[in-house]
Amino acid sequence: MNTALIVARKEFQDGLRNRWVLAIALILAALAVGIAWFGAAASGGMGFTSLATTVVSLSTLAVFLIPLIALLLAYDAVVGEQESGTLLLLLTYPLSRTSLLLGKFLGHGLILGAATALGFGIAGVVIALGAEGVDIAQLAASMGLLILSSVLLGWVFIAFAYLISVWVTEKARAAGLALGVWFLFVLVFDLGLLALLVSVQGGGDWLPWLLLLNPTDGFRLINMVGFDTSQAYTGVTAIAQDSAFHLGWLVLVLLGWIMAPLGLAILRFRHHSA
Amino acid sequence: MNPVIECHGLTLKNGDLTRLDALDLTVKEGEVLALLGHNGAGKTTTMKLILGLLSPSAGSLSVLGGAPDGPHAETLRRRLGYLPENVSFYEQLSGREVLTYFARLKRVDRRQVDMLLERVGLIEAAGRRVKTYSKGMRQRLGLAQALLGDPRLLLLDEPTTGLDPAATRDFYETVRELRERGCTVLLSSHVLPGVEPYIDRALILGAGRQLALGSLEELRAEASLPLTVKARGSWPGTDWSNGWDETRVTARHLNGHALEFDVHPSAKMAVLRRLADAPGVEDIDVMPPTLEHLYAHFSAPVASLPSPSLHASRGAS
Repeated sequence: MNTALIVARKEFQDGLRNRWVLAIALILAALAVGIAWFGAAASGGMGFTSLATTVVSLSTLAVFLIPLIALLLAYDAVVGEQESGTLLLLLTYPLSRTSLLLGKFLGHGLILGAATALGFGIAGVVIALGAEGVDIAQLAASMGLLILSSVLLGWVFIAFAYLISVWVTEKARAAGLALGVWFLFVLVFDLGLLALLVSVQGGGDWLPWLLLLNPTDGFRLINMVGFDTSQAYTGVTAIAQDSAFHLGWLVLVLLGWIMAPLGLAILRFRHHSA
Repeated sequence: MNPVIECHGLTLKNGDLTRLDALDLTVKEGEVLALLGHNGAGKTTTMKLILGLLSPSAGSLSVLGGAPDGPHAETLRRRLGYLPENVSFYEQLSGREVLTYFARLKRVDRRQVDMLLERVGLIEAAGRRVKTYSKGMRQRLGLAQALLGDPRLLLLDEPTTGLDPAATRDFYETVRELRERGCTVLLSSHVLPGVEPYIDRALILGAGRQLALGSLEELRAEASLPLTVKARGSWPGTDWSNGWDETRVTARHLNGHALEFDVHPSAKMAVLRRLADAPGVEDIDVMPPTLEHLYAHFSAPVASLPSPSLHASRGAS
């Protein structure tokens, strides 16, 4: 068996053992079902409203939660083992640093993937069973896309977490930086963009492209595709309504957002002193 | 036979700090070499260089036929075992799970796991989480981990810290068995008593420099420290303090029935003859300087020098 797979298997088993998978799945399922049912509460309604509203609400939930979960899951991947002393031992084994990091990525990616699929999957089944007048095929397609894009989003932030983890020498600092990254991409970036949007008079055709500088906006755009009525709920990404970002391109952008930090993390880790 | 470890002028510098200064060392197959020195003397640095975790700033180093920090590392690492100082493991896993993980990484037959657990006396605790292990049990698990895959070269960093005397003796017995099977062992220690019978040579390091290297006999000859000779008996009216070459022999009456001499090696036989001929002497004990004395002797000049940096040496050692 490839050494990266051995590491991945151990990480995944750790995820099952300390109940990360279960906890993430349950939180996502509970919140998703809650949102599906009470999403219309603000407008005085109750119960399942429309698929478009639900999926957009769910993607907003995912934008907040998935990056946070991914960062929490992976921020100590390297620095944690370094602090506890197991990294030193691991590095004396016949295992390249690249395999070690890729193996960990595979393991953590699988934990997040399984938990997200399980959590949103449960929510999807509950909606299909409980709501009236839902087109099952459309629901399945939307939920499938939501799950896939959520997993991609999660992997982006796992890659960020690794980059942090190989850069610092203290677990506490890694945790702080991880929170900073979450803040930046999930909250600050969109606020900044909004401010820019307001201050730019006319023109500004280039503004939608700025969305690609933030993986969470890429994720939102993916889940907007195919819903005409959804712009009202998607915040700053609404500026992209006229420029049709193709789904395939958006997925590629997210993949790029995974590769870049992961590649940097590997480069940095290879020159890491033991 | 090719040497297992060969280095010439091996140097590691970290900015202004010299961790290791021009070390020349050749270790043959099946040899047990002790690395002795204070904290920060360069013991762990030497080991990390041999492991390929650090790359030398200057000089050459070859371990089992290649540079340990290059492409040779992959093959090399399957044939060596390492027990780090203050070894730690995944606390939530059981001893068996930890060892199984390492066995997979080293591509070692899984059957070795239980065999090794048995050998280090952890088979009963194998199913318990490492979290519940005592320091000694962790150390034994660390040894089991280092022994995975029948290594040709073992690097043991402070292997007996935290072990009780019985476990220490068991540990050294394991080292002896390994040596008989042709395994080369490097062990660093500052717990000196008890290690003498198990080592072939000792390398004494101080502040990154080689202070002495050789077998115990060679080191004793080089240091020419006085032996201690003790005699017991009754000798009414005899004053043993007189009649010696005072530069080579110092005698002390401990009480009426016991004597102690500090004897230069060249005067040893003279003292023994005179004691043996004296009718009142009932028993004679000859104690050559121990490794501890030798260590103190060779590392003394360095201890008085300013240490490179106490803070840095903590991480460096």
